[in-house]
Amino acid sequence: MTTSAASLPAALRPRQLIHWIGVAPFFLFATLFLILPTLNIVIGAFRNPQGQVTLENLGKLLSPSIRSAFWISIELSLLTAALGCLFGFLIAAAITLGDLPRWLRNGIITFSGVASNFAGVPLAFAFIATLGRLGFVTMLLRNWFGINLYGSGFSIVSFLGLALTYLYFQIPLMVLIITPALEGLRREWREAAESLGASGAQYWRMVALPVLWPSLLGTLALLFANAFGAVATAIALTGSSLSIAPIVLFAQIRGDVLNDPHLGYAIAFGMIALTAIANGIYILLRMRAERWVK
Amino acid sequence: MIGKRFWSLFAVALGGIYFLLPLAGMVDFSMRMKRGEYSFEAYRIVLADPQFQQTFLYSVVLALLTIVLGILLVVPTAYFVRLRLPGLRPVIEFITLLPLVIPPIVIVFGYIRIYNTSSILPLTGTWLGTNLLLLFGYATLALPYMYRSVDTGLRTIDIASLTEAAQSLGAGWARILTVVILPNVFVSVLSGAFLTFAIVIGEYVFAALLNVNSFGPYMVWMGGNRAYEPSALAVVAFAITWACMGLIQLVTRFSKFSTARR
Amino acid sequence: MAFLDIHHLEKAFGATRVVKDFNLGIEKGEFVSFLGPSGCGKTTVLRMVAGFETPTSGAIRIDGRDVTGLPANRRKIGMVFQAYALFPNLTVAENIGFGLKVAGEDKASIARRVAEMLELIGLPQLGARYPFQLSGGQQQRVALARALAPRPQVLLLDEPLSALDAKIRISLREEIRRIQQDLGITTIFVTHDQEEALSISDRIVVMHQGIADQVGTPFDIYNRPATRFVAEFVGTLNLVDVDVVEAANGRVRLGEVPVVLNRPLSARAGERISLALRPETVALGRTEGHDVVLAGRIAEVHFLGSVIRIRVTVGGQSLSLDTFNQPDRPPPAVGASVEVSISDRDLLVLAA
Ligand SMILES: Nc1ncnc2c1ncn2[C@@H]1O[C@H](COP(=O)(O)OP(=O)(O)O)[C@@H](O)[C@H]1O
Ligand SMILES: [Mg+2]
Repeated sequence: MTTSAASLPAALRPRQLIHWIGVAPFFLFATLFLILPTLNIVIGAFRNPQGQVTLENLGKLLSPSIRSAFWISIELSLLTAALGCLFGFLIAAAITLGDLPRWLRNGIITFSGVASNFAGVPLAFAFIATLGRLGFVTMLLRNWFGINLYGSGFSIVSFLGLALTYLYFQIPLMVLIITPALEGLRREWREAAESLGASGAQYWRMVALPVLWPSLLGTLALLFANAFGAVATAIALTGSSLSIAPIVLFAQIRGDVLNDPHLGYAIAFGMIALTAIANGIYILLRMRAERWVK
Repeated sequence: MIGKRFWSLFAVALGGIYFLLPLAGMVDFSMRMKRGEYSFEAYRIVLADPQFQQTFLYSVVLALLTIVLGILLVVPTAYFVRLRLPGLRPVIEFITLLPLVIPPIVIVFGYIRIYNTSSILPLTGTWLGTNLLLLFGYATLALPYMYRSVDTGLRTIDIASLTEAAQSLGAGWARILTVVILPNVFVSVLSGAFLTFAIVIGEYVFAALLNVNSFGPYMVWMGGNRAYEPSALAVVAFAITWACMGLIQLVTRFSKFSTARR
Repeated sequence: MAFLDIHHLEKAFGATRVVKDFNLGIEKGEFVSFLGPSGCGKTTVLRMVAGFETPTSGAIRIDGRDVTGLPANRRKIGMVFQAYALFPNLTVAENIGFGLKVAGEDKASIARRVAEMLELIGLPQLGARYPFQLSGGQQQRVALARALAPRPQVLLLDEPLSALDAKIRISLREEIRRIQQDLGITTIFVTHDQEEALSISDRIVVMHQGIADQVGTPFDIYNRPATRFVAEFVGTLNLVDVDVVEAANGRVRLGEVPVVLNRPLSARAGERISLALRPETVALGRTEGHDVVLAGRIAEVHFLGSVIRIRVTVGGQSLSLDTFNQPDRPPPAVGASVEVSISDRDLLVLAA
């Protein structure tokens, strides 16, 4: 090794150095502002205020209020991820395989780009203006159809309301990710299956869905993380009346409640752990599903 | 065959109802400030609010700075990784995916813990430090989008030949990057930039937790205290998002024109 | 009636008629090639037979049964595509067994049939592989086995060899022909490669702008092309201008040399028409049976190995001729004066 390194042309080493200098700022930045902060949280979750290693903090996650906050978050994220995948898939299938005019497809893709980024505070306002107590649809239903939405127990400041709102960015995100995958299904696969006697359903079950499976799983994990970390929408929509994990953490950091930084660590760690698990499951399943890819 | 088309239209129509109603609701509500008539009163009030002007301007400037920082971080990295350090590729891809997976609130919590007043690097202690930290945070959030756009752009041009050509003319690395590579991936950089702008302009969690009064916290404050103005703000924000996405479409279409003869 | 009967088939996409009044009967066990340049409608006809496109008018009958309105998955037709189109998520064995599985056959008989097919295509070891682990030639063999496994009535192949490199193309086409003859399966083979079509078909349909210009055995197509298009598309060709002396029994003059074709011509006396001539029917020097002798000058000599292609200028016209290489007789030099001879029977009179 040493001899070959010494025999390298002299010009090569400073050149290589330059390559590394070129990427150094990125790594420095990522370390300082992405990796270290995350590690700090992870480590903090296992330390007590005196700096000793402990599981005490994580134990606090089991307290009923925090456990239920996590449960609601998980349910909300799972539900909106699953429904987002389902509806997004249907829309993507409609525009790729449904014989629709090209402009409609392009329009929907563009709109999906907008809607998937129209998250956070303004989205919450839009839903309040629509399904709030005096919202557009609420009034429409009451004045034209005689349906009293709020009288029937619905509220935009509820699990259901939040789920409806989240779907507004979950579905388009799915459309954006899965449309190219659907377009990647080759026409010949379908025709080959048909000529071999397969029905449409058989083709989907035996060929198309297995081929799409990795993309579907990936999007599911991404949508889960997406919903799990969405704080702004939830806060702008519900204030802090609905206790979901990120809102609890938000209040914790603000120092509004409890004021035990190490509980904050634990909640944050719990959130990382959950999104990590979601992605871990995804990677695992994907590896199994993709035996047939290089 | 007719069935297929029917069901597709059906699905799209249902989606259309779900996606258009909130927009209709938001526009409708924003114009109801004056009793019994449609008016732009809410918009007038919002636009005239000095708080709005100040926070909005601040967020615009911050978004632009984020874009610049993002370009500085991502372009050289993506370039060198593609050209000379392909082994780093998986690492970079992993890192740039992290901000999509780790909830932003966790990242900012980490900032507050690491860079608080009693740490080695007490960024949160000063006005400048806090703003820098917010800028860095936004650059982190933008990383996935920036990197993917730029990397896609680099894939479509032959950077190896471009680099060799420039080198044979005696250009150094800095010159190659700024004069040769950047203009060639400009369209991709722009796509990433507009996306970043759309994400950063109304961001709430980072700003709120770092106690910076930007457009996001301003909107939440309005939401808690006013009735019609928030809808007007939502319309404004939606228009900005549309504009950003529209511009992305525009520049990509333009680039398809200009590179069609390849 | 023929086993596969295509009857006045028409297909239009919007205003463009892509297939025009296409008629063809294929006997059971016959191997028929569709030959024609890209875009002439070969694939479209094939896709209508397979059931992927609906004809604008006309009918398709298989074994006496009208299948024109039948969906593709009930036609019992095997299809092989240019780009293999193997299911990427299934192993080779699962790909081959696909048709049997959707037909609800039991596992044991599927396994037996798959093994049999793997044996047939000469890849008995590769059942457990995924398509991406195979070469192009292997993938196409598997695609063939997949199409044949459910014992289809008709096998359709759409340029199955175009994506492969030259060596494999030749060996695989021979294999396809062997398997086809072993199984006695009625086959349509689409290609734009005339050599391919000539070498493996029982009959060839030469297609041109959506029309079947000529249907015949390879020998007929090559030696008695019905139209100018067929003559030009299949093989290389000399076009010789002659002056008509008398139309009724085909007396013409090639330069100064009188030639009697013994065939009536549609042109009138005094007109100038083109006759066609294959290069291998032109001999250098005088040969028995070649009554027409022309004097010329060597313009080009191309040594191609076993064949030497020589271009000779004869009275202002250019003639290509092929001779076999003979080690003790080097080809003539460029510029040399030579005689060439042809037989009037080899001159082809072409319809427009
Ligand atoms: N789905 C379609 N819509 C419109 N035109 C088509 C379609 N399919 C084929 N064509 C046209 O029909 C003609 C014949 O095509 P094809 O049958 O694929 O030719 P070949 O297989 O001989 O190359 C081409 O000009 C092609 O452009
Ligand atoms: Mg074709």
